[in-house]
Amino acid sequence: MNNSASVIQITDHSGVKKVTFTQRSIIDETVIHQIGKDIVVAIDAEIKPRLVISFEGVEHLSSAALGVLITCHNRIRVREGQLYLSDISKPIFEIFKITKLNKMFQIVERADLAMKSFK
Amino acid sequence: MRSEPYIQDQILTNLKTDLEKVQKAVAAALVDCKYSEFAHFAIRLCLEEAIVNAFRHGNRSEPGKVVKFFCKIDHEKAEFKIQDEGEGFDPEGVPDPTAEENLEIPSGRGLMLMRAYMSEIEHVPPGNTLRMAFKNTTDPAGESSA
Repeated sequence: MNNSASVIQITDHSGVKKVTFTQRSIIDETVIHQIGKDIVVAIDAEIKPRLVISFEGVEHLSSAALGVLITCHNRIRVREGQLYLSDISKPIFEIFKITKLNKMFQIVERADLAMKSFK
Repeated sequence: MRSEPYIQDQILTNLKTDLEKVQKAVAAALVDCKYSEFAHFAIRLCLEEAIVNAFRHGNRSEPGKVVKFFCKIDHEKAEFKIQDEGEGFDPEGVPDPTAEENLEIPSGRGLMLMRAYMSEIEHVPPGNTLRMAFKNTTDPAGESSA
């Protein structure tokens, strides 16, 4: 389903796509670019995309990764879909707070809670 | 525990490979100097942002252009200087990414993160040299107040 198979996995759960990371660090620019492309393909495959991006196991995140998340958010909103972020560690949540992106994204504690939150 | 400061002064020619080497060497020095887990997280993030900015925005990814990297790490402070070959920029002219109208713009958060996590940060005019420092709050016995 995705080219950056070693970095992310995208699975389908009854119409909801769940993105998980297989690396602890999401900081390499090339990798982030590929992640963005793969997620956009998953978004564009749906009329009303419903997506959960789980950060379980992720320990490092750069501003470039935030950029990809914002692009995904904007793309999903245009298509009247829904995006949840989940399983964000305390240090990474701090990055969201500093950049005030915690106000823009719908952030829930765990992916299973996100799954239940879709309308 | 390290008694002499760790000093690295080198020319970075390749963003991916040199950045990885810098991160590994700095991480090892931080361990030797008993920096906290938070310090490791903050410094790694800020080095990533600073060096990527130097190659991408400063040198505009032009082949042949290099980034000068200097660091000095001891028990009290981790100091860094990153210099690119660009014309520089006015950091005050960078739009606030947390402003309502800029929140959905995907770029422009690296500088803000460096300002938030480092103890000191300064762009030396004309703006192609960045100095930043992180003060260690861990005492030699290993107790952290961070």
